[in-house]
Amino acid sequence: MPKSALGEGSEIARTHRRLWVLVVVMLVGFGLLLGRMYQLQIGEHERFRTLADDNRQAFVPIAPHRGQIFDVRGEALARNVRTYTLELDPAQVKDVEGTIARLSEVVRIEESDHKRFLRQMRDQRGLGSVVIRQHLSDEEVARFVAKKFAFPGVEVQARLIREYPQAEVTAHVVGYLGRINAQEQERLEAEGLTGIYRGTESIGKEGVEAQYERLLHGIPGWELLEVNAAGRAVRLLGRQEAVRGRDLVLTIDARLQRFVLEAFAGRRGAFVALDPRDGGVIAMVSSPSFDPNLFLGGLTQADWERLALSDDKPLFNRALRGTYPPGSTFKPFMAMLGLASGSRQPGQRFDRQGMFEYSGVRLYDRKRNCQSGVDLHRALAFSCNVYFYSLGNELGIDAISAFMEQLGFGRRTGIDLPGEAAGVLPSREWKRQRFNQANQQLWFGGETLSTAIGQGYNAYTPLKMAHALSILVNGGVIRKPHVLAASIDPLTGERVPVAGEVTGFVKLDPAHVDAVLRAMVDGARIGTSARAFAGAAYSLGGKTGTAQVFSLQGRRYDPDATDEDLLDHSWFIAFAPAEEPRIVAAIIVENGGPGGRTAAPLMRQIFDYHFSVAAGKEK
Amino acid sequence: MKKAYWLAMIAHAMRRWDFPLIVCVLLLFAAGQVVLMSASPERVETLWGHQALALTALLTAALVPFRWWLRLALPLYLLGVLLLLAVLLFGETTKGATRWLDLGVVRIQPSELMKLAAPMMLSWYFALRRHSLAWWDHVVALMLLAIPAILILKEPDLGTTILVVAAGGFVLFFAGFSWRFIVPLVLVLAVGIGALLVQGDRWCTPGVEWPMLHEYQKQRVCTLLDPHRDPLGKGFHTIQATIAIGSGGAWGKGWREGTQSQLSFVPERHTDFIFAVLAEEFGFFGVALLLSVYTALLLRGAWLAIRSPSWPGMLLGGAVVGTTFVYVFVNVAMVSGMLPVVGVPLPFISYGGTALVTLATGLGLLLSAAVRSAPRGGFSGQRRGI
Repeated sequence: MPKSALGEGSEIARTHRRLWVLVVVMLVGFGLLLGRMYQLQIGEHERFRTLADDNRQAFVPIAPHRGQIFDVRGEALARNVRTYTLELDPAQVKDVEGTIARLSEVVRIEESDHKRFLRQMRDQRGLGSVVIRQHLSDEEVARFVAKKFAFPGVEVQARLIREYPQAEVTAHVVGYLGRINAQEQERLEAEGLTGIYRGTESIGKEGVEAQYERLLHGIPGWELLEVNAAGRAVRLLGRQEAVRGRDLVLTIDARLQRFVLEAFAGRRGAFVALDPRDGGVIAMVSSPSFDPNLFLGGLTQADWERLALSDDKPLFNRALRGTYPPGSTFKPFMAMLGLASGSRQPGQRFDRQGMFEYSGVRLYDRKRNCQSGVDLHRALAFSCNVYFYSLGNELGIDAISAFMEQLGFGRRTGIDLPGEAAGVLPSREWKRQRFNQANQQLWFGGETLSTAIGQGYNAYTPLKMAHALSILVNGGVIRKPHVLAASIDPLTGERVPVAGEVTGFVKLDPAHVDAVLRAMVDGARIGTSARAFAGAAYSLGGKTGTAQVFSLQGRRYDPDATDEDLLDHSWFIAFAPAEEPRIVAAIIVENGGPGGRTAAPLMRQIFDYHFSVAAGKEK
Repeated sequence: MKKAYWLAMIAHAMRRWDFPLIVCVLLLFAAGQVVLMSASPERVETLWGHQALALTALLTAALVPFRWWLRLALPLYLLGVLLLLAVLLFGETTKGATRWLDLGVVRIQPSELMKLAAPMMLSWYFALRRHSLAWWDHVVALMLLAIPAILILKEPDLGTTILVVAAGGFVLFFAGFSWRFIVPLVLVLAVGIGALLVQGDRWCTPGVEWPMLHEYQKQRVCTLLDPHRDPLGKGFHTIQATIAIGSGGAWGKGWREGTQSQLSFVPERHTDFIFAVLAEEFGFFGVALLLSVYTALLLRGAWLAIRSPSWPGMLLGGAVVGTTFVYVFVNVAMVSGMLPVVGVPLPFISYGGTALVTLATGLGLLLSAAVRSAPRGGFSGQRRGI
C-alpha cells in the first residue's frame, strides 16, 4: 500500500493551520456579533426604547360623567344611574351563541337583547366587551355571580347610563342620546374634538342633549396602563381623572309639562309658554310624545316602526317644527299694524254690516257681534274678519310683510333648541321665489285678504306665535326664547345663570300696544273665548284662531259635519295676568275645530293649573 | 491492588478535567440560571437538574479514554442512522415536523445523537485511512455525512441539519478538505445569500415555489429579508426580539425589569430567544460579558484541540469547538435579526435538557481527546503497589 503523498506529520501541521483558521473565524464572528449588538443597543437604542414603550403602554381614556339636566324646580329631567349590565368579551369566548344560550338559563335574555347584542358585536368588530343585558336586577346579579365560573369572558359591569325620569313629559325639549354615527364622527373630526370623545359612545341627538352637547359632555380623563403581549393590563402607570360635564338647569317646569301633556290626552297638538320678562320657556309640549329612554340602548325595530311610521308622528316636535296658518291669532298683529300705520284709530268704527266686497266677490262675516259698531276693540274681541279684510286691502301686502317681518314672522326665533322651523311670511318676493310659472309668481289682491286674517300662505310655529305675542306684551322688545336657565360648574359648584337676551326692538306706540292688549283681555272676558274663561281666578288676554286645513270652495264650514282630519286646527294665544304678564302661551290642537271651542278651554285648564300651583312658587 | 490500579487510572484521567474550560462552562451555567430566573422562574429547579446531568456527562465523557470513543464511533453512527430511518417511518409528528421517536419508555430525538455521532464517525474514518489518504476519502466522508444530513432535513429540521453538517464539515475541513472546493462553496453560498437579499421581494411573493426548501423555510428566509412583511406573523418574533435587544441599551433595564421579556413580547424567551432577555435586561455590557466567556471557552477549546496528542482527537476536538461556535453565532445572529429563525439554542444558556447534555458531552469528548490516554511510561509506578 502506497504511503500518503504527504509525509507523516504533515497532516498534523495542516490540521494545526486549519485550527488556527477556525480561531480567526471565531474571533471575526464574535466581532461581527458584537458589532451588531453595538448597532442595536448603542446606535439605535433611542428608537428601540420608544418602540418598547409603545409596546407596553396603553393609553385608556376614561369617559367623563355627562352633566345632568334639571327643570326649573330642580326635578331631574336627565340623569345618570348606576345599572348592572351583563357583558361578554368576544375575544375571550369561543362559542358566543352557545354561551348566550346557557346564559339565558341564568338571566332573562329577550330576543331583542340578543339582536342588539349581535348588532353591536358586528359594529365593534371584536374590540372590547359587548352588552348582552342591561338593568340586571339585584337578584339576577346574584344568580349570575353564583355561576360565574361557568362563563369565562362574561362579566357583570356596573355602568352609568342615561335615564330620563320624566319620559314622555319632557322628551321633545330634553331630547335624547344615541350612538355616535358616521356623520357625527366626521363632524367631531372636522372640529378636532375626537380626543374629547375617546371612550364615549353616545352623543346628544335631539333637544337640549344635542344643543348643549359641549357643556354636558365634560373632559375625559385617562389611564396609562402597562399591558402584556396579550393586551392584558398588568400595572397602572398614571391616571388623570375625568372632569364631569356641566349640570344644566332649564327654565322648563316639568309639572306643567306633565299637566299639559295629560290635558292633550293623546290629541295631536302643541303648547308653548314663555316668560315674557326674560324669554325663558316655561313649557314646550308636543303631543303625542314618546319615551326617550327607548333610544338609549338602540331602538328596537318594533319601537322604531311604532314611532316613525305612526300617523300621529310622536317624534315630531310640533311646537318647534310644525308650521300652521295662524288663523285669527294673526289679527292682534294686524291690528297693531293698523294702528302703527295710522290707517285705523282705536275708537274708529268701521261698519260694513258684516260684508266686504272685493272685485265683485262678497265676503261675509255672519257673527252677531260683527254686524255693527265694529271698531278695532270689537273686531279683535269678536274676531271680525270683515274689519281685517278692509284693513289688509288698504295696507297692501308689502306693508303687511314689512311689518310682520319686524316682529320676526317667517324667521326663526333663535331658541336654543336644534331644528327650529322658520315658517312662511308671504310677500311678493316670497311668492316669486316659491313658484316657477310666471302666472303663479304674481301676487293677487285676494291673497292679501287671506293673509290679513291669518290664512293663505301664512305658516308659523306655535313657538313663534307665543314669541310674537310676547313682543307685543313687552311693548316691542324682542327677547330670544331660551330653555337653559343656568349651568353649574362641576368643580366649584358655581351656578352660572343665563340672562335673557334682547335681540331687537320694534318701535311701537305704548298706547297702541295697550289698545290691542285691552281688546285681547275683552276677548277672554266677553269675546270669543269668554265662555272658556268664565270665572277664571286670574286676568288674561287671549285670541282664538281657526286655521283652515283645506279650502271649502264656497261651502259653508260646519265643524259638526266635517271629517275629523279635515277639521280646522284650533288655536289659542294668551298672556296672563293681564296687568303684568308673567306667562305668554300659544296652543294648537290639530283638527280641533274652532279655537274658541277646543284650544281656549284647554288653555283654561292649563292656566288654572299653572296659576294654582305657581301660587306657591311665585311668592 | 486491582482497586488501586483503577483508582490511579481515574485519578490520572481526572487531570483531563481542564480547569479553565470547566470554569467557563460553570460561568455560563450561572448566567443561564440568572437569566432563566427572570425569563421563566418556575423552570429554574428543572434547569438545575439539567445542568447537573450535563456536568456529569461532561466530566464522565472526559474520563473515557479517547481510543474507546473512537471504537464507539461506528456503532453509534449506525445506530443513529437506523433511528433516523425509524423516525421517518414511525416518528411522532408535532407542528408539521417529525423529530421524535417514542420508545415506549422514553421519547428520543435521534438527530441530537447525530450531532456527536457524525463527527465521531468521520474522525474515526480519517484515523483509519490516515496513512493512505486519497482524494476519494473525502468523497466517502462527504457521503457519510450526507446520509444523516438528508434524513434530518427530511424531518424537516433545518437547524439540526445545519449543526450536523457543520460538525461533520469541520472534521472534513480539519482533515484537509481542499481549499479548491471550500473557496467555491463559500462563494456560492455568499452569492446565493446576496442574491436573496437583492431579489428577495420577487422570490418571496406568495405562490413562488423554491426548489429543495419547504414553504415554512421559504417563509423564514423571506421574513428575515423583511421582517415587516408580516409583522404579526412570522416576523413578529424577530421584530420583538430586536426591540428587546435595542431597548436594553448600554447597561440594560435591570434583572427582571425587561418590559419586552416580562410582558411576553419576546417569544420563546426561555429557549431559543433567551439571548434577547439577557440583552434587554443586562444591556451591551451583559452581552459583551457573555460573548467574552464564550470566546474564552472556545479559545481554550481550540487550544486543547491543537494540543491534542492524536490526529483524530484534533479533528473531533476542533469540530466540537467549531460546532459550538456555530451554535452561538447562528443563535445570536437569528435573535438579532441577521439570520432566519432556525431552531438553534444558545449553548449552555437556553433551557432544554437534550441540547445541554449533547453540548456538554461534546466538550467532554474534546477534553478526552486533549490528553493522552495514559502516560508514555504506563502505570508502572502504581503497579508496583505504592
